[in-house]
Amino acid sequence: MVDRAGMRPLGEQRSAMTDLWAGLSQAFWLLVTLDADLVEITLRSLRVTLTALAIACAIALPLAAFLAVRRFRARRATIAVLNALMGLPPVVVGLIVYVFLSRAGPFGVFGLLFTPTAMIIAQVIIVVPLVASIAHQSLRELWSDYHDLLISMNATQLQRIKALLWDGRRALLTAALAGFGRAIGEVGAIMVVGGNIDHATRVLTTAIALETGKGEFAMALGLGFVLIALAIAVNLCIHWLGRTESEGRW
Amino acid sequence: MKRLVLGAAASLVLASAALAEEMRLAVTTSFHNSGLAEVLLPEIKKDLDLDVQLLVVGTGQAIRLGEAGDVDAILVHSKKAEEAFLAGGHGTRRREIMYNDFVFIGPEGDAAGIAGAEDAAEALQQIADAGAAFVSRGDDSGTHKKELSLWASAGLDAEAFGPWYRAVGAGMGAALNTASGMDAYIMSDRASWLNFGNKGGLALLFAGDPVLFNQYAYIPVNPEMHGHVKHGLAMQLEEWLVSDKAAALINGYQINGEALFVFNAKR
Amino acid sequence: MQMFPLVAKGAQVRRRGKVLVGPVDLTLGGQGTSIVIGPNGAGKTTLLKMLHGIVRMNGGSLDWACPLEEAQKRQAFVFQTPVMMRRTVIDNIAYPLRLAGMGRKDARERAADWASRVGLGEILQRQATMLSGGERQKLALARALVREPEVLFLDEPCAALDGRATREIEEILAHASDSGTRLIMSTHNMGQARRLADEVIFVLGGRIHEFSPAEEFFAGPGTSQGRAFLNGDIVE
Repeated sequence: MVDRAGMRPLGEQRSAMTDLWAGLSQAFWLLVTLDADLVEITLRSLRVTLTALAIACAIALPLAAFLAVRRFRARRATIAVLNALMGLPPVVVGLIVYVFLSRAGPFGVFGLLFTPTAMIIAQVIIVVPLVASIAHQSLRELWSDYHDLLISMNATQLQRIKALLWDGRRALLTAALAGFGRAIGEVGAIMVVGGNIDHATRVLTTAIALETGKGEFAMALGLGFVLIALAIAVNLCIHWLGRTESEGRW
Repeated sequence: MKRLVLGAAASLVLASAALAEEMRLAVTTSFHNSGLAEVLLPEIKKDLDLDVQLLVVGTGQAIRLGEAGDVDAILVHSKKAEEAFLAGGHGTRRREIMYNDFVFIGPEGDAAGIAGAEDAAEALQQIADAGAAFVSRGDDSGTHKKELSLWASAGLDAEAFGPWYRAVGAGMGAALNTASGMDAYIMSDRASWLNFGNKGGLALLFAGDPVLFNQYAYIPVNPEMHGHVKHGLAMQLEEWLVSDKAAALINGYQINGEALFVFNAKR
Repeated sequence: MQMFPLVAKGAQVRRRGKVLVGPVDLTLGGQGTSIVIGPNGAGKTTLLKMLHGIVRMNGGSLDWACPLEEAQKRQAFVFQTPVMMRRTVIDNIAYPLRLAGMGRKDARERAADWASRVGLGEILQRQATMLSGGERQKLALARALVREPEVLFLDEPCAALDGRATREIEEILAHASDSGTRLIMSTHNMGQARRLADEVIFVLGGRIHEFSPAEEFFAGPGTSQGRAFLNGDIVE
């Protein structure tokens, strides 16, 4: 009962370096030929992460400004909790969101599990504490600068928050970028709540996990290089927006 | 220019696809790794105008997904778990579709000498006697359950094994990667092994014992338990899976000139 | 409605158990320019901020002739180190108007007008954080005056400026005073005090040591510490 059909000659064994090179050339060809699947999952990655980031910023930035401006009893505790939640393990977030969105869970009726919406929800939860904490750091400094002036001018609470958000926008951009970096490279949570369904919820990171599982390291690395290139491109793009702004054209 | 960039970003955020009918099917990693899905799904789309979204998970999670009503049907290979699923009223009926087989993989040197074993039980006995490194899925999947039942039928208790027995708690591909890295023995379904791209120093050492056959069954989720499941679509898919066309595609599917699946649905 | 007199009774500011200012009993009338002088650490800044209402008092009372809310809208403060909001010159000056609900266009028009009055008309679009010390102080003045306050507090506005910038600031202040703005200002520059003061508030150890018309004070302070301070001796 011997079956040796699956044996490989020893000479075919690959080294790590060949894998890396194969990955680079794979990435190159995927990009040059604008591989349809690659374009699809890249756009989905961007769509999920940018949507999540937009929602997260809409929550986190005003929250950060509020925490900077307003003194209240639970303020320190809130800040401490936010800082602690920065290290939230994505897989756990994914699992909790999963349980809530499952048909058997409290929000099951909406049928959101294994949709991009579920992935966005998970990423929002992961990113909000990070963006809020970083934003709060810089807004707190700005507020100590503005404190006397704005109080002297009788600015209302809301006007103070607005002034901080507007004048601190460059620092807030940095906070948003950090959030983007965390979300775009995240795999644990979106794998659990998205399910990595081809043509529905597959994004770059889950595709990389899948290819790795298949032992297709070259493809996995190729996708990895595309992911890195994407992250850099978005960063450069946002820095460019920020620079144009600092030249006073906005 | 800036408007353009912002506009593009906005349209990315808003864009969403309009689609044909969709249903969700939980399948096992071993089925998905075989590559058969990539042959079947386009045909299903063509014949039924149905997008079958695959959730690729272990049998354990597939069963849980069905119980929670998060998928419309499951395609798995663990008879005991399937029967329990049906007994719980979670599925309508179990339909056997096809089978493939498991194989034992190990280092080309084959220190435990399982290539010459008479049957699967003897091969496992030899691995245990030699204390050769063995990677187990350890993820409650169908493959993992099968492996445990084989140890048991060889009269061995996997719980009591020494450090040579490594339960990695991962899917088939990840487990194969681990075995490849450690030059360890592992049990894999034939399809995953043939499609696996990182074989390294591993080779197929033992196969063919009928106890290694691996029966796949299709179970639609019970619409009486979960009103929202697309039972009609699940039934359409079942009809298609047992059709002559499916039979031809399944029996004709080959990797490196080897057939992987045997269609055995009763009509 | 009349803002003045401003009456302080036993007003006190303490921080960490230490008295910074007070108790202060003081009645300020509605005319002229009051100059606050005193050695470093005497509490000049805290006194001004207390009168302006931006530090919490720990005792006593401070009352304007009109309701507090009304009074708050009609006063402004120029800090020793002016706070530059991270926006352009014109947007800095327009900001108080925007806070008060004025439309963007009107606010910028008024701001541009004030910018040119203080000599910043050429650099409306420059980022405020890029300005020199003198320009910053002028910006702060324009930003304080743009809402045409009845009372303007100034905390050593020329402390870090050269002669020319100091002269320009004093000219703006003189002009504001002439058009009826009540100035309450601290300085450590005795020449400036003599030039601008109608009345002098001499602060020592957090208390008002002397409060008298300017000619009287500079002719001969009523207390030995006042005389010593004018002579340039160290006073404690």
